[in-house]
Amino acid sequence: MYNEEFFFQAFIYLTAAVIAVPVTKKLGLGSVLGYLLAGIIIGPAVLGLVGYEAGKVMHFAEFGVVLMLFVIGLELQPSLLWKMRRTIFGLGGLQVLITAAILAGIAMLFNFRISKSLAIGLILALSSTAIVLQTLTEKGMLQNPAGRSAFSVLLFQDISVVPILALIPVLAALSGNLDLIENSELNNISSLESLSGWIQLIIIIVVIASITFVGRFIARHIFRLVAETGMHEIFTAMALLLVIGIAIIMSKIGLSPALGTFLAGVVLADNEYRHELETTINPFKSLLLGLFFISVGASINFALLIEDPYRIIGYVVILITVKFIVLLALGRVFRLRKGFDFLFAFLLAQSSEFAFVLISFSKQSQLLDNETAALLLLIVALSMAITPLLLIFNEKALVPVLTRKQNKTEYDYVETSDNPIIIAGFGRFGLVIGRLLLANDYKVTIIDSNPTNVEVLRKFGFKLYYGDVTRPQVIEQAGIRHAKLVILSMAEYDEALKVADHLKKNYPQVKILARAKDIYHAFEFFKRSVTSVQQEVFDSAAELGQQALIEMGFSKYEAYRAVRTFKHHEKQVLTDLYALWKEDENRFIEETRRFSEQLSEILVAEKDYLIHETDYAWNVNSDGEEEKSENNKRE
Amino acid sequence: MKKILIIFAHPALQKSKIHKRLTDSVKNIRGVTLNNLYENYPDFYLNIIKEQQLLIEHDIIIWQHPFYWYSAPAILKEWFDLVLQNGFAYGEKGKNLEGKQVLSVISTGGSKEIYCKGGRNNFTVNEFLIPYKQSANLCLMEYLPPFVIYNAQTLTSYDIDHHVSKYKQLLISLRDEKIDKKNIRSVEHLNELME
Repeated sequence: MYNEEFFFQAFIYLTAAVIAVPVTKKLGLGSVLGYLLAGIIIGPAVLGLVGYEAGKVMHFAEFGVVLMLFVIGLELQPSLLWKMRRTIFGLGGLQVLITAAILAGIAMLFNFRISKSLAIGLILALSSTAIVLQTLTEKGMLQNPAGRSAFSVLLFQDISVVPILALIPVLAALSGNLDLIENSELNNISSLESLSGWIQLIIIIVVIASITFVGRFIARHIFRLVAETGMHEIFTAMALLLVIGIAIIMSKIGLSPALGTFLAGVVLADNEYRHELETTINPFKSLLLGLFFISVGASINFALLIEDPYRIIGYVVILITVKFIVLLALGRVFRLRKGFDFLFAFLLAQSSEFAFVLISFSKQSQLLDNETAALLLLIVALSMAITPLLLIFNEKALVPVLTRKQNKTEYDYVETSDNPIIIAGFGRFGLVIGRLLLANDYKVTIIDSNPTNVEVLRKFGFKLYYGDVTRPQVIEQAGIRHAKLVILSMAEYDEALKVADHLKKNYPQVKILARAKDIYHAFEFFKRSVTSVQQEVFDSAAELGQQALIEMGFSKYEAYRAVRTFKHHEKQVLTDLYALWKEDENRFIEETRRFSEQLSEILVAEKDYLIHETDYAWNVNSDGEEEKSENNKRE
Repeated sequence: MKKILIIFAHPALQKSKIHKRLTDSVKNIRGVTLNNLYENYPDFYLNIIKEQQLLIEHDIIIWQHPFYWYSAPAILKEWFDLVLQNGFAYGEKGKNLEGKQVLSVISTGGSKEIYCKGGRNNFTVNEFLIPYKQSANLCLMEYLPPFVIYNAQTLTSYDIDHHVSKYKQLLISLRDEKIDKKNIRSVEHLNELME
């Protein structure tokens, strides 16, 4: 078969991913670790199913990082980016400079020359965009303070790849390999390098300006034209074309493709085709990133590690410790609140996928010898592989200890609140409730682990708390003592039950209104005797059903009555089924089949009832009877 | 002892001066059932079966409401339209309400003086209530003179106390059948019997 080798490789990578990722996900370890493990297992160290070509795969898969930054850009309004400038350049800049300086100093202690040490410091100072952002997205932490800060730092690091690439040949020259600059890979990396600095700068500005212009004013017309063809694959092709095109242009002018597509994403963030682009790019992004992590896992040179395990593990520990301490200190300086600073530091304590590029470039520039390069590659890969473990350590071991010690949540945002209403969970569901209450002049406190549009909401008088409602301190801090009402509008259904338990036990005076997923979930709330339960999609579905009746020829009021009848009947049905459920929760599962029979019975009865109701209630004949009886009386 | 059902309709009780006090003071009297229509059916979706059952279980029916456009708030009309069905309340087979007593308890913004021939409203309150009276007749019920509170918007707290205690007294007298039938027919408003 044509390209059999390629398909075999694809088969192995995909199998590894399909097996490893669900397993680690089930264990609560996140997908990144799963991919890395899959890579290690199929790599030379264990099964040896993939070998030397893992490096090539990795370069290809790095495109996933480019796609990821594009998608992240799409979610970031330009105004928000502008607000983040202080953290991007302050926090990010200091992180790169200080970490690079310390690591260079350490490298010098190992008898490297100053130019080499500087290169090593700069290369290792960067952190892995791929791992960190994937983890943040997966855990929904991109919006929390640690996530935001981490993102800012990563953005600055992306920007700084460009000057570092430019600096490496200079450092190589300083270390005495002047003659090699001419034929180095430099010209491939950047064809503009030969031009003088300011011309290069002008070109960069012109390119970015034209991307902005095209994105702002022209892109939407092109998107519309393509979308109007109604052929989804052409839209997909165009989305990929867009990203690849920008990546090529960026490499040509000497900027990082990731940075370029990120900017393009930001420019398109206001575009009406944003979601379409996002959903189109997302599968490619996720697959390529997965591939990238697998290839990182496969590329770990275990032979080298086994040769001298203590030394290498020592290096990794030094690297992570230095980065961790610098990050922690900067987190404190930049006022990251307790708990978030540790998360922030653990998130960024590894080295970057850019290091792979930079190391091989340094090797080509003869700045680093083969042995050092191999060692550095191993250290970088190991540091990346350890990150998920560190994050688990932080989450499972450190955070509980820290919070217990402070006896105060690190999540809360503002002073203790005394609003009468607390809304737990502020997604699409909670938003409607919040708006309604606000429209009626009620002050509302919101608890959410991932609130969107924080600034806007706060301006309108909402009090916002970042945090996990299931934790007693968070509820306490949100002002439960002064609250009359807690609305559990969260989509984390099991957690909502836990919160209800906690509230019933400790704050029996507070009324609980709950959002239920389905009738079984509603029954769980009934059992906890909360004040009111609402099935989350029932009402909007009924409303749409009403519209359907109207379209089928019902008068509007007739349809309205029909839906009212249906809703009231549903309430009755729910009460009856609950009585059944309470008797024997287990038996009820078996009765689901009977339930569906009941359902059809109900529907039939409903139909009769409707006819009865509408015909009888405003019956023309009854008016006739009235006349008749009046006549009778007159007689 | 007779059982009394108050069918109460007020769409904005939070703005009411008199009806809140009236209902609060009588709802716990033994033998009295308060059926707050706007509270029980905010969506106007009346439970017809339940409403009819309530009527059957009581001997004296009261329609209590503010006087809006010389009539009742909308939900009470809905109640008439849906609950007093042919075959239940009237018609060949509809004798369920036969012999029950029924009266209107209403509040008006205007004074007694403007509710008369030549006054601003041209007709008396009792004349405006003719549809209720005839509805009662059709259902074979005895329609008593109404209990009317005039000047409802300008009542002093003393006036309110006065009306509340009269209302209470009226309900207890009706319940215990302490009112002389002859007296009832001789008055325009039942208020007059409670001096």
